[in-house]
Amino acid sequence: MRKGIDRGSFRTYGWDGLIQILLIGNSIVMLTPIVIMFFSAFKTNAQIFQSPFSIPDFTNVKSLLRVWNETDFLLYMSNSLIVTASSIALILILGTMAAYAIARYEFRGSGFILLFFLAGLTLPLKLAIIPLFIQMRDFGLIDSRLSLIFIYVATGLPTTVFILTGFIRSLPNELEDAARMDGANEARIMWSIMLPLVRPAMVIAAIQNVVPIWNDFFFPLIFIQNNNLKTLPQGLTAFMGEFGTDWGVLFSGLTLSALPIIILYIALSRQFINGMTAGAIK
Amino acid sequence: MMSSKLTGRRLWIAALVVPPIAFMCLFLVYPILSAFAYAFYEWRGLVRGDFVWFDNFHRVLFEYPFSERTINAFKHNIFVFFALMVLQNGVGFILAYCLWRELWGARFHRIAVFLPVVLSTVIVGLLWKLFYHPLFGAVNASLRAVGLGSLAQPWLGQDSTALTAIVVANAWHMVGFPTLVFLAGMQRIPSEILDAVRMETESEWVKMSKIVWPLVAPSATVVFTLLFVGAFNWFELPFIMAGVDGNPHEATDVLGLYFYRTAFGSMSASAENFGPGSALAVLIFLFIAVVSSVITVRLRRREIQL
Repeated sequence: MRKGIDRGSFRTYGWDGLIQILLIGNSIVMLTPIVIMFFSAFKTNAQIFQSPFSIPDFTNVKSLLRVWNETDFLLYMSNSLIVTASSIALILILGTMAAYAIARYEFRGSGFILLFFLAGLTLPLKLAIIPLFIQMRDFGLIDSRLSLIFIYVATGLPTTVFILTGFIRSLPNELEDAARMDGANEARIMWSIMLPLVRPAMVIAAIQNVVPIWNDFFFPLIFIQNNNLKTLPQGLTAFMGEFGTDWGVLFSGLTLSALPIIILYIALSRQFINGMTAGAIK
Repeated sequence: MMSSKLTGRRLWIAALVVPPIAFMCLFLVYPILSAFAYAFYEWRGLVRGDFVWFDNFHRVLFEYPFSERTINAFKHNIFVFFALMVLQNGVGFILAYCLWRELWGARFHRIAVFLPVVLSTVIVGLLWKLFYHPLFGAVNASLRAVGLGSLAQPWLGQDSTALTAIVVANAWHMVGFPTLVFLAGMQRIPSEILDAVRMETESEWVKMSKIVWPLVAPSATVVFTLLFVGAFNWFELPFIMAGVDGNPHEATDVLGLYFYRTAFGSMSASAENFGPGSALAVLIFLFIAVVSSVITVRLRRREIQL
């Protein structure tokens, strides 16, 4: 009997050891490219070519300073910030409005409206880029941040409405009914009683949208030609062509672009993981 | 009194739902419907010409040089789909199982595997392009470092390896997503079921194949469908790493790149051509819609409700 237990536990240890090795190996594969990118930002060309994996002299910030001073990096970064922040704000406002109406009121067509938003979940808008291009040209929005913001709002609304409707439906009725008894009007009930309760779901919805919008490359590629309006991913490709032979500067540019989102992710990893997989987990 | 209150309520609801619906119609529904209409017209630059029935479709499917390129690109998309099915979803399932054991350090490994997912495709593409550089790239440098210098090669520069090299970069970028979706599915399996299985068998394989795999079927449905849509929409990573022409020699050409070149023009394909471009978009759209709904329906059927 005792023997059996021992053998079983040995087997478990062996199995767990194998799993641990697999996980460590995988984490090395995941992190090494990012570490090499970071290290190379502090190296000269010669150092990168001769010893790509060595730990650099971290006081050598020449390449990083060149990116900061000689390129439009800050401009691209602020453009990305403006576009992302405005899109998220609009998505949350419009998404909450629709979700609140669908979840809290019984009216004819509410089921249909929810379906309408859900159908938008699966539509690849990239394939409608030709009509979108002509439409934006007719609106005079080529080379305008508004074209990007409007598109991001339309693509972000379906998941947002989906997440928020489910959450708002689960809120209890008591508070709302009591306020109604006291004669509060609907707008006041929504604004001061219900919306404060919706905040956690709004955070999830915001994170879910922030990553694809901040990282998007396709729509700026089509709609933005003016250098002063380019977003970070788009600006990065131009800058790679310009400094093509100075690898220290290239890695510095990549490092600086990746840094904000990496720091945010490490600080809020739980929220990022929950938010980005929220649409895929029922 | 009563009726005015009701109209007031109706107005309030309308005020809430009309603006978001209007946005969706204007920037999502209308463009997609127009995309279908555009494919049936002849286009001169940005100006719409005559209604030409199925001419554009005929050109992209059956006329040289469009048809060869369409078929070449389509084959590459199929390869990308199956390769990522193994490298991304298959590896993701194994990693999810490893993380599910909650061994020491699992939290760290979970954060590490998802880290590349939050990076922009542009950063990932440019980074891996530098790594694949034949002379100075980290990939060949590490091969030389472990004495496999003879395997060093221009990964992105030759037909035989270029597409696979981009697929590997994609798998590195996105493997964390299926991993964590599968992991969430596994964590939802009730512990009573797992305890009951433990009484019956010691075999980890039986547990995985008979219990865990069927019970995470809803997660599998989602990641398979999303991968399918993603593989046939593939654009940004090959655009960054191989260029709009699918270099070298169209060995990395996929439908997304070919559609972009046809619609908006490039050095090699000259000016924009909205007719065949729209026809390609409609074909890709219909293909994705039909196959992904078939996949979803078939996979849903094997899901078990707990």
